[in-house]
Amino acid sequence: MLSSSSSSPSKLSLPLLPSMASAAGDHQDARLVFVGDPDRSSSPGADVAASNAIRTTKYSLLTFIPRNLFEQFRRVAYIYFLALALLNQIPQLTVFGRQTAFLPLGTVLLLTAIKDAYEDYQRHRSDTAENNRPASVLPLRSQQAASTVRKKWKEIRVGELVRVGANETIPCDMVLLSTSDPTGVAYVQTINLDGESNLKSCYAKLETAALAPEALAGAIIRCEPPNLNIYGFQATIELRGDGPRIPLGPTNIVLRGCDIKNTSWVVGVAVYIGMETKVMLNNSGAPSKRSRLETRMNREIIVLAVIMVGICSLIAISTVIWLHSNRDKLDTLPFYRRKDYSRVPPRDYLYNGLGLEMLFAFLKSIFRFQNFIPISLYISMELSRLMQSFMMTQDESMCHEATGNKLKCRALNINEDLGQIKYVFSDKTGTLTENKMVFQCASINGIDYVCREPLIPGEIAPHPTIVDGQVWRPKVMVNTDRKLLRLLETERDTEAGLYAVSFFLALATCNTIVPQVLDTSDPAVKLIDYQGDSPDEQALVYAAAAYGFVLIERTSGHITIDVLGDRQRCRSRMFSIKTLKGVMLGKLIPCMHRMPLAYLFRFEVLGLHAFDSDRKRMSAVICCPDNSVKLFVKGADSAMFSILDRSFDLEIVSATEMHLHTYSSLGLRTLVIGMRDFNGREFENWKACYNIASTSLSGREDLLGDIAIQVESDLRILGATGIEDKLQQGVPEAIESLRKAGIRVWVLTGDKQETAISIGYSCKLISNNTSQIIINSHSKESCKQSLEDAITMCEKLTISRTQTDGGSTGSAIVSVALIIDGPTLVHILETELEDGLYRVATTCDVVLCCRVAPLQKAGIVALIKKRTNDMTLSIGDGANDVSMIQMADVGIGISGQEGQQAVMASDFAIGQFRFLVPLLLVHGHWNYQRIGYMIIYNFYRNSVVVFLIFWYTFFSAFSLTSPITDASGFLYSAVYTALPTVMVGIYDQDLSHGALLSYPQLYGPGLRDEHYNLKLFVLNMLDSIWQSLVTAFVPFLFYSGTLDDSSLGDIWIVSVVLLVNIHLAMDVFSWNWILLVTLWGVTAIAMGCIVAIDASPSMPGYWAINNLMATKLFWLCLLCILVLALLPRFVVKAFASYLQPDDVQIVREIEKVAKRKHDGALGAPLRSSLDHQQPKS
Amino acid sequence: MNSSSGSAAGPSSGSGDGSAPRRNSKRPKYSKFTQQELPACKPILTPKWVISVFTLVGVIFVPIGIAALMASNNVVEIVDRYDTECIPANMTGDKVAYIQNDDIIKTCTRNLTVPKDMDQPIYVYYQLDNFYQNHRRYVKSRNDAQLKDADQANKTSGCDPEKTTKDGSPIVPCGLIAWSLFNDTYNFTLGNKNLSVNKNGISWKSDRDHKFGKDVYPKNFQNGTLRGGASLDLNKPLNAQEDLIVWMRTAALPTFRKLYGKIHQDLKANDIIMVTLENNYNTYSFNGKKKLVLSTSSWLGGKNDFLGIAYLTIGGLCFFLATAFTVVYLVKPRRRVLLCDTG
Repeated sequence: MLSSSSSSPSKLSLPLLPSMASAAGDHQDARLVFVGDPDRSSSPGADVAASNAIRTTKYSLLTFIPRNLFEQFRRVAYIYFLALALLNQIPQLTVFGRQTAFLPLGTVLLLTAIKDAYEDYQRHRSDTAENNRPASVLPLRSQQAASTVRKKWKEIRVGELVRVGANETIPCDMVLLSTSDPTGVAYVQTINLDGESNLKSCYAKLETAALAPEALAGAIIRCEPPNLNIYGFQATIELRGDGPRIPLGPTNIVLRGCDIKNTSWVVGVAVYIGMETKVMLNNSGAPSKRSRLETRMNREIIVLAVIMVGICSLIAISTVIWLHSNRDKLDTLPFYRRKDYSRVPPRDYLYNGLGLEMLFAFLKSIFRFQNFIPISLYISMELSRLMQSFMMTQDESMCHEATGNKLKCRALNINEDLGQIKYVFSDKTGTLTENKMVFQCASINGIDYVCREPLIPGEIAPHPTIVDGQVWRPKVMVNTDRKLLRLLETERDTEAGLYAVSFFLALATCNTIVPQVLDTSDPAVKLIDYQGDSPDEQALVYAAAAYGFVLIERTSGHITIDVLGDRQRCRSRMFSIKTLKGVMLGKLIPCMHRMPLAYLFRFEVLGLHAFDSDRKRMSAVICCPDNSVKLFVKGADSAMFSILDRSFDLEIVSATEMHLHTYSSLGLRTLVIGMRDFNGREFENWKACYNIASTSLSGREDLLGDIAIQVESDLRILGATGIEDKLQQGVPEAIESLRKAGIRVWVLTGDKQETAISIGYSCKLISNNTSQIIINSHSKESCKQSLEDAITMCEKLTISRTQTDGGSTGSAIVSVALIIDGPTLVHILETELEDGLYRVATTCDVVLCCRVAPLQKAGIVALIKKRTNDMTLSIGDGANDVSMIQMADVGIGISGQEGQQAVMASDFAIGQFRFLVPLLLVHGHWNYQRIGYMIIYNFYRNSVVVFLIFWYTFFSAFSLTSPITDASGFLYSAVYTALPTVMVGIYDQDLSHGALLSYPQLYGPGLRDEHYNLKLFVLNMLDSIWQSLVTAFVPFLFYSGTLDDSSLGDIWIVSVVLLVNIHLAMDVFSWNWILLVTLWGVTAIAMGCIVAIDASPSMPGYWAINNLMATKLFWLCLLCILVLALLPRFVVKAFASYLQPDDVQIVREIEKVAKRKHDGALGAPLRSSLDHQQPKS
Repeated sequence: MNSSSGSAAGPSSGSGDGSAPRRNSKRPKYSKFTQQELPACKPILTPKWVISVFTLVGVIFVPIGIAALMASNNVVEIVDRYDTECIPANMTGDKVAYIQNDDIIKTCTRNLTVPKDMDQPIYVYYQLDNFYQNHRRYVKSRNDAQLKDADQANKTSGCDPEKTTKDGSPIVPCGLIAWSLFNDTYNFTLGNKNLSVNKNGISWKSDRDHKFGKDVYPKNFQNGTLRGGASLDLNKPLNAQEDLIVWMRTAALPTFRKLYGKIHQDLKANDIIMVTLENNYNTYSFNGKKKLVLSTSSWLGGKNDFLGIAYLTIGGLCFFLATAFTVVYLVKPRRRVLLCDTG
C-alpha cells in the first residue's frame, strides 16, 4: 500500500466537513509563490518582502537622534526636566546659566543614547554578518541549470530555489521540495528558534522529492500570508498548471535559523524572506515591567512634588510681600534698582508687576529646587540594575553543572522585586521534576508489571538489533521486568502474550519520535537516540525498545520496527502463524500474520492524529505489514476510559483502573493505551475525510480534530503505563528554604490529583501532619458549599494551632493544605466565589492545584494579584506556563526539556528549580536592600542641597540666589556623589551569601518592606532637613557677617559632599576595595573639582576655596558641621542596633563572633549559636 | 568600629570547589569578584565602638571649645552705630532727604572709648545691615571679564541696569555692585595724634593679582542720573582700588562687615579715639544700619563666642552620650533575640 495521504482526491466532498470546500479554495490574501521565478513571485502586486536582508536595529544613522529622543522622552520625568530647562531660557526666569539648565537632562540623555547606540551597533554588526552569509541558489532559468550560484543571504528572493547542505543554517523560511533522502525526510535542529536541541523531522512531499529541480519550474505554491505561528503552516503546491493541489503543512516547511542535520542536502523554495520569516516576526524584545519599588517610589515623588510646590508657593508669596513692602524704594534700592536710568526715559528693568513677579518667583523656585525630584536617580538605578544583573548571571551557585545553563536576566529593571516575593506559583513537570521520564510500570491485560531489574550497561538486550552487521542499541537503558520479558520471549502465542505484543507495538508506533543513529567508539555498535518533543513518548519508545520493539527508522510514510530480535529467530519462528491465525478469530492480535520474511517490519503510517489538550490523547492509523489497518491510541486515563468499548474486557478495565490509581499514588504519570481494528469500510471513510482535512488550507487543525474524535471510539484497552517523573535535585530542600523564608509555594499542575499529592509529599510540601482540604466539585452550588466548609475548617484548625502554640511550643504544628482541581476552578475563577477561595487559600499553608489548564494557572495568579499587594512569582518550563509567567509580577522560566517558550516569556531564566533559592534569598535580598537604600539615599542627598538653598532664600530677600556655583550645583548630583551610590547599589552586601542561605528567615525584610517605606522616607527627610540646617547655620554663626557668598558656597558644597559621602559610608555594610576606592576616590575628585572651579579668574568666586583653606576657622567650621550633622543619625543607629537589633544585625554579629572564634568556617558555629538562642525567647 | 577582613564564605560556597573537574566552558569563570566574595571589612556598631566614638569626639571637641572661647575672650571689639547719631536733630524726620542732599556737609564726629588694651593690628570694619548684597539681581550685576582685561571693557553683559551711560558707552566697572560702592570715610585721632589707617592689603591678594586688571581704569563711572555710592580714582587701575575689590566680594548675609583698613598701633585701655567720619552712604532709604567696628584678632579671626560654645556643647553632649550608652550597656545587657519568625 502506497502512502495515500499525498495524492488526494480533492474533488471529494463529504457532509462531515462542510467548511472544507471553501477552505481548500483560493484565499483572497493567499500568497502565490512561483517556484523558480522570483520576478513573478515578487511582482508589484504581490505583497512580498523585497529582500532577505534582516534588520534588527532600532535606528539608522538618520533616525537615531529623533527616534532615540522619542523613546527616552516616554519617561514623564524627562519631559518635566525638559520643560524646566526650556522655561529657564526665558530671561525673566533664568536661574541657572542658560546652557547649564540643559546639563543634567543632557547628560542623562547622552549617556542613555550612547548605551542605546552601542547596543544598536552590536545588532547592526550581527545583522550585517548574517545578511552576508553565503547561500547556494539554483538558477532554473539560466543555462547551467544544475549548478548552483553562490549568493549572499540578503540577495535571496521569494520563489528562488535554495540548496542547503548538512550542518548549514537555513537562510529563509522555505518549503522543502527535495532532500538527499529519497523519501524526502530532512532533520532540522531548531535550537536557534526555540532552544530545543532535539532533532525534528521535516518532509518534502513525495511528489516533489522525486523530481529534479528543473522539473519544478512553474509550480505554484499558495500559502498563507506571513504570520508568527512557528508551529503552523498551511499551503498547497500545484506542480503544473491544472495539476492537483498537494497540501503542505508545518512539517513541509523549514524555518530560517534552523540547522540541517543528518541530511546531506535539502532543496527548498523560499516562501517567506527577510523580516517576514517566522523567526523575525517572533523576535520580540524582553518584556518590560516596572519594579514595585519604582512604583512605590512614585508615591514619595508625589509627596516631594507637593512639598516642592509648597516651598515654591511660600517663596512666591514671600517675594511679593517683600516687593510690596519695599514698593516705594525699589526704583533706587541699591541691591534691586528697578529703574534703568541709562534709558531715556528710565524704564523698569526685569520687573513686570506684582502678579507676574509672583508667577516668575514660583517658576524660578521650581527651577532652583528641581533637584528635589532626583533625575540622577533614574540613571543610577538603571546602571546598578544592569551590573546587578551581570553579577547575578555570573553567580556560580546558580549555574547548572550538567547543562552549563547560567541565570539569564531578560528583564533588567525588576531585580529588586526578587527580594519581595510572597507567593511562588510553581509548575510541577519540568520545574519541580526533571522531566526526564523513566518507564516504571506497565499494566498489560490487567496484570501489573513493575520494571525493576536494570540492564547492565554493556549487556546486550535480549534481542539485539542487527542492521548491516552492526548492533544498534537504544541509547538509554530502561529497567525491565523479567516476567514480562519471559512472557514476550516464550509465551508469545498465548492471549496474554499477544496483548503484550500489541501493547508494545502501540508504544513503538503511536508517537512522533525520530530515531537518530549515533556512532560509538566501537564501529560494530551504534546507538539509537530517540528524538522527540515529548519526554513521555521518549520514555515509552525506549521502554518498547528495551522489550525488543526497537523503532529504527521513521520517514514521512512509514516507520520500521525491529520486532523481538534477530533474523534467525524471526525466520524460524515466523511468529507461529498458525497460532496467530487462531487468535485472529478473536480479533485480538495485531498484524503479524503474513509477515514478510524481512527481520525488520515496515509499518505504514497512514495518519497521525496529533495530541491536543482538548482530547488529551493521540492516535496513529497504522497499516501493518499484513495490510491490516489498526488505530493505536494513547492518552490520559480520563480521556481514554470514556471512549473504551465497555462491552467486554470489563475485568481488565477495572484492574487497569486499579493499577492506575496505584501508579498515580506513587507519583507516576500514567497513560492508557488502546487499540481498534479498522474494517475496510471504516477505513475508506476515514481516509476520505482525513485526506480532505489534511489538504484544507484553513481550519485544518479543527477538521483533523473532529475526525480524530470520530474515529477514536470503541477502543479495546491494551493496558496502561506508569512513568516516573524524577524530582529535580534539591527540590525538597529548596521548597523548605522558601517556606522558611515566609514565601508561600503553590503548585499548579496539569497532572492528576493523586500525582500532585504524591509529588507534594516527596517535595515535603505536605507531611503526615498536614490536614488536607480537598475540593472537587462539579457544580457551582457544591463549590460554594465546599468553600464554606473549607473556611470553617480552616478557622478551626488555625484556632487549634494558636492554642497549641500557646500551650507547648514543642508539639508538631499542624499545617493545612488545600487541594483543588481544574474542573472545580472553572466554577470558581472569575465568579463571586473567588473571594472564598482566596480566603481559604491564604489561610492554608500549602495549595496544590491539579488538572489545571494553562489559562487557569494565570487565573490563579491573577486571583492573588488582584486581592493583595504581595508580590507573585511564577516559575515554569513549558508552553503551558507562559500565561502564568506573564501574569505574575516576576516570571521565571526553566530552561529545561520542554523547549524555550517559557524562557522566552520570562523575566529570568534558570536551569533548575533549586536555583530559585539563591536567586530570591541571596540576590533578591541584596538587590532589594540595595535599590531600596539607593532610592532613599538619593532623595536624601538631593534634598539636603535643596533645603540648604531654601534656608538661604530667607537671607537673600527670597531672590533664590545660590552661593554654590552653577557648575558645582550641577556636578553635585552628576559627579560628586553619583558614582558611590551606584557602586554601593551594585556591590554592598548586608550579609554574606552563606548566611543568607543558612537563615532563610532573613528574607523577611523584603516581605515586610523594611528597606523602603514611608517611615524610612520621612525619617530620612527629617534627617536631611537637620543636616541642611546644620550646614546652613553653622557657617553663619561661626563667621558672623565676615563671609562673602563665594566662600559660603564653597563651605557649603565641601561640607555637603563630605556629609553625603560619609553618610553613605556609615551605611555601607561591607567594605571591599571597590567601594573603598570609589567612595573616597570620588570624594577626592569632588574636592579637586571644587578647587579647580575656583581657579578660574572669570568666576566671581575666584580662589575663594584656597583663601578659606588657609584659615583655621574653616577647618573648625567643617568639623563642627560634619559632627553635628551626623550626630543624630549615628546616635539613632547606635542605640537602635543595640536595643532593637533586626535580624540582619543579629546575624551580622553572629557571623562576626563565629568568625573570630573559628576564623573561616562559619556554618556550624552559626547554626549552633542560633539554636542556642531560640529557646530563650 | 569593629572590623575584620577576609571573605565570609558561607557553607554553600564550598560546593563549587568539589565539582571542579566537571566544570565546562560555559560555566562562569570562578573568581571572588564574580562570586561577590571579595574580601571585605564588615563594620559593626558594637557598644565598645560606639562608646569610643562618642568619647573620642568629646575629647577632641571640649579642648577646642575651651581654646576657642579663650581666644574669643582675648579679642577686643568696639562697635559703634553711627547712622542714627550722625543726623542733625532737625532732619531725623526725613533721613533720606538729608542723605540725598549734596549741599549738606555730612561730616560727623564720634568718640570711642577703648575698653581693654588692643594690640596691633587693629582692624577697622564697616558693618551694614539690611543690605542684601546677596540679592540675585545684585549678585549677577557684574562682568568679570571686563574687570580683568582692558581689551574687554566693552563687555557689559549681565550688568543691567547699570551697563552703559545714556549714550550707550560702556561703564567700567559696570553693574550694580560697583555702582553701589560704599563711600563713608573714617579718620581716627588718638588725643591729638592722627591714627593712620592702612588701606593696603585689605583685599584678597588673589583678587588683586588675577581678578582685577592692572591696566583697567574706570570709565564713565558714577556719571549717571543716580549716584549709587563712591566714585573711583580715574587714574588708578582697578587692582589698586582695594575698597572696590573688597566691596565686590559680595557678602553672604544681609548683615555684613567689610574691612576698611588696618591700624598698626597698639591702643591702651580707656584711650579715647575720635572718629571723624563722612556719613555719605545712603542706608536710610532701606532702614539699614551702619556701624563702625574696631577689632583685634586672634588665631580664629574676630570675636566669636559661638564657636567655643558650640564645640563645648557638642563635646559635652558626646560625653553624656558615651555615659548614657555605657549605662544602658551595663544596666541592660544585650538580650539574645532570635530571628523573627516571618511565617
